[in-house]
Amino acid sequence: MSTPFYVSPEQLMKDRADFARKGIARGRSLVAVQYADGVLLVTENPSQALHKVSELYDRLAFAAVGRYNEFENLRIAGVRLADMRGYSYDRRDVTGRGLANAYAQTLGTIFSSGGEKPYEVEIFVAEVGERAADDQIYRLTYEGRVADEHGFAVMGGDADTVSSYLSEHYADGASLDVALGVAVAALGHSKDERGQDADRVIPVDDLEVAVLDRTRTQPRKFRRILPAALAGLLGERGPAEHAPEAHASQTPPDDTPGDGSGPEEPPVAPPLA
Amino acid sequence: MSDARIPAAFLRPGTSSFSDFLAENAPDLLPARRSLPAGSAADIAPHGTTIVAVTFPGGLVMAGDRRATMGNVIAQRDIEKVFPADEYSVVGIAGTAGLAVEMVRLFQVELEHYEKIEGTLLSLDGKANRLSALIRANLGMAMQGLAVVPMFAGYDLQRGVGRIFGYDVTGGRHEEASFFTVGSGSLFARGSLKKLYRDALSSDDAGRVCLQALYDAADDDSATGGPDLTRRIFPVVWVVTADGGQRLSEEAIGALADQVVGARMTRPDGPVAPLPGGDERGEAR
Repeated sequence: MSTPFYVSPEQLMKDRADFARKGIARGRSLVAVQYADGVLLVTENPSQALHKVSELYDRLAFAAVGRYNEFENLRIAGVRLADMRGYSYDRRDVTGRGLANAYAQTLGTIFSSGGEKPYEVEIFVAEVGERAADDQIYRLTYEGRVADEHGFAVMGGDADTVSSYLSEHYADGASLDVALGVAVAALGHSKDERGQDADRVIPVDDLEVAVLDRTRTQPRKFRRILPAALAGLLGERGPAEHAPEAHASQTPPDDTPGDGSGPEEPPVAPPLA
Repeated sequence: MSDARIPAAFLRPGTSSFSDFLAENAPDLLPARRSLPAGSAADIAPHGTTIVAVTFPGGLVMAGDRRATMGNVIAQRDIEKVFPADEYSVVGIAGTAGLAVEMVRLFQVELEHYEKIEGTLLSLDGKANRLSALIRANLGMAMQGLAVVPMFAGYDLQRGVGRIFGYDVTGGRHEEASFFTVGSGSLFARGSLKKLYRDALSSDDAGRVCLQALYDAADDDSATGGPDLTRRIFPVVWVVTADGGQRLSEEAIGALADQVVGARMTRPDGPVAPLPGGDERGEAR
């Protein structure tokens, strides 16, 4: 029997974190924005069938970036957890905090256990309250960290670029069409090699948009905004452009030098202790 | 839900059915999984009574009286027995009220759960079949006097019509063409509907027909409550169309009920149906 090489715990965790971060940055960004009537979730997703944003419960929405099979599992677990809790107690007892905690524990345990590959996902759990001050956006990272975001939040893809655009243009208490316009422009925002703005207009059909709208009369506040309605809300934006294929190979900002894994290759499992 | 890691069963892909998931992971939460001591419990549990439903071009109306009885006692005079199942369907309950309300709650979660997990609505027949399964699971309790007999109706988005489904205690379902009744006053209500129903009702008239039928049921069945004019308690009426289900407001039902009761002041037996072949005096209202 051979003795495994010694790997320090710091190095082990760093390797696992790098692995997860790389997987997450490979996709496209997702934006959550608070607006006057609730929370708006927008991402670029050419698929109309495989959603990145979906309903969890009456006042809760789920949004994720990263590996589809992994976050789909987490989404289904969240729906089951929420429905079971709402059925055995009351619908009002299902809260964003409860679900965010459950997700955090799950992601944290998977990340630090040696036996499993860390999940390459990042998640938002958004909650809409009676008033704008009660709205919440929880961000959950691959290692199980929870953060409480205010105003707007971005994850996945080139999150820093999108986030810098939003921090310049975001305003509290905006109407839906204004907030949507800013969010979509932020997703299309990018810089070329020389640091010049190279923004593009994302086609309406490539957008996945949903809101938690507190003005809905039904108890279920989640609503998808379909492309037909989006065109009207966004107004005239100039010629649209699909995402360049090369976008998928985007490397995360604080990464170690290239390890040879190409854009389309599946990620390699991290070293196990 | 404890605040630790989500149990593995929740993360396992598989069923889109909430009741199947409960049966596997939390069977004690299912209404039908409780064992009962031998004997009949029929006399100690409040019973809900009459529900009627009527289709009209473009939708349907379901209405239920507000009485629950326990033997000869009126257990509750403002119980609600017609519930939205999801956006495009409603369910009305007769039988043991406590169990029925719990079954409706489970059915509501079942439909919503499927919709969220699959990202699409169940077909109307699919919804009706799920309800069958829930009723069938309750057969043991039904045999001890705790039967639940719901009626399900909804707007079929594919066909663009309102449809009504009736059930028996074993979960057998049957589709009804134009109108249906369940509960203790159902025989009288059905007789009334037979004479009042016609093919091209408006949604308002369909509501009117339902109230007339419930009045007739209350007239001859002691377990069915009529409109309570002193307390202003009136039947629950739901209208379902392509735009979704909507409950009629208290004012709207109050106005309809006042009309119905007003007409009964002059003719207590209600509207007169035309009599083909008879002499000319028989005329509908």
